[in-house]
Amino acid sequence: MVNTESEITLLVDGAPRRLTVDNRVTLLDALRDRLGVTSPKKGCDHGQCGACTVLLDGRRVTTCLTFAVACDGAEVTTSAGLAVDGRLHPLHQAFLDHDGFQCGYCTPGQICSAAGVLDEARAGWPSAVTADVRTTPSLGEEEIRERMSGNLCRCGAYVNIVAAISEVAGKGEAGP
Amino acid sequence: MIPFDYRRADDVDSAVATVTGNPAAAFLGGGTNLVDHMKLGIAGPELLVDVTHLPFDRVEELPDGGLRIGANVRNSDLAAHPLVRERYPALAQAVLAGASGQLRNLATTGGNLLQRTRCVYFQDVTTPCNKRTPGEGCAALHGYTRYHAVLGASRHCVAVHPSDLAVALTALDAVVRVRRADGERTVRASALHRLPGAHPERDTVLEHGELITAVDLPPLPLAANSRYRKVRDRASYAFALVSVAAALDVADGRVRDVRLALGGVAHKPWHATLAEHVLRGGPTTVDAFNAAADAELAEAQPLPDNGFKLKLARNLIVSVLRALAGEDTR
Repeated sequence: MVNTESEITLLVDGAPRRLTVDNRVTLLDALRDRLGVTSPKKGCDHGQCGACTVLLDGRRVTTCLTFAVACDGAEVTTSAGLAVDGRLHPLHQAFLDHDGFQCGYCTPGQICSAAGVLDEARAGWPSAVTADVRTTPSLGEEEIRERMSGNLCRCGAYVNIVAAISEVAGKGEAGP
Repeated sequence: MIPFDYRRADDVDSAVATVTGNPAAAFLGGGTNLVDHMKLGIAGPELLVDVTHLPFDRVEELPDGGLRIGANVRNSDLAAHPLVRERYPALAQAVLAGASGQLRNLATTGGNLLQRTRCVYFQDVTTPCNKRTPGEGCAALHGYTRYHAVLGASRHCVAVHPSDLAVALTALDAVVRVRRADGERTVRASALHRLPGAHPERDTVLEHGELITAVDLPPLPLAANSRYRKVRDRASYAFALVSVAAALDVADGRVRDVRLALGGVAHKPWHATLAEHVLRGGPTTVDAFNAAADAELAEAQPLPDNGFKLKLARNLIVSVLRALAGEDTR
């Protein structure tokens, strides 16, 4: 039998959400349009801008190139969900302190991506600018720029975004 | 997008049987290319069989010292794996040179190999494309060809394959393991993708319903001295204009063995066998490296906007080989 809809469960920012989705609905559209979770933003809708980035089962991903049905049972953490009991995540505070945004539209994606970058660096992952992939790189500005290259900011706040992430990386603050 | 059915596969045989028996079915991996194609109207499967929960999610050491990379190993995990970084650094570098951190967390090893060209005319359903609709014609031939092929193209298609991973696997003698309805077969990575000829709609030699389950890397000591370098229009997060994957074994100033493959130049990762032949046994001099590059590129046929790729490929080959020979050229 052909079924073009599916019943799925997502754990979104700590809350279990059950919904029936058309299989064509992306995770991004399910979050925003069906669940009212508007922290991730729709920018390009083709995986090129990073505005829709969330942490899916703890890893940063774009949500516009993933069907919601394929995420059944997964845990989604948005930028809003990184704030616990109304307390800002260190990345939130650093973006405020360093003016890491202008219009703010790309910011939730930037924040989630940065959280992923910190986790990946802690796990010792190399990047395309790591001179020797056998070594464990430290998260300097060049590494941050490369690792954040999947998040575009049309206002051009990159310099301050890098400064904000550098500060949190330097403090060794824990991620989510 | 047309409505479609979705099934999460929990065993490989039934997944393969399901897709084999249904011409309108497709396997779904990380989705970073297929989902986009469904949005753009390039692909319209009526059934998606999600294979990401099949147990092909590990990098295992083989008894002969090689590695088996499960088809579901995410690009990010592949690039971060200690044995990959230690024994096949060009492979880790190639994966890290592709896409973004978010996409590498989704994209799978098998899916990376099966991603399709980023030719803008292929991706724009309002322009003719023989790869998308056989017999329709090729808009690129009289279009903007900066990103197109200089080797092995045909009058039907001048698109290039976009994968960085595939270029490294070609250089490193990798073997692709494929499950099909009547068993299993293997395909050399260098023979997985096709030249376009009269059938650009076929990117690879795989048949409908065949599923990549793993990629095997043979024990290859010279791969410890390997490198991937990619030149593109911006510093990060862009497809290659030209890329080079190479591995080099030098003794007493002469090339004992070498592997060389090019990306961004052809419909498939280009195994530079002519250059390898010229290099083997020869000196590790700039002249020798130039001669090898020239031998490989002698048959190249640039298009109006991409003649620069020949000099770029030549310089890149020489630069990477010099670096592998122990001269710092960066």
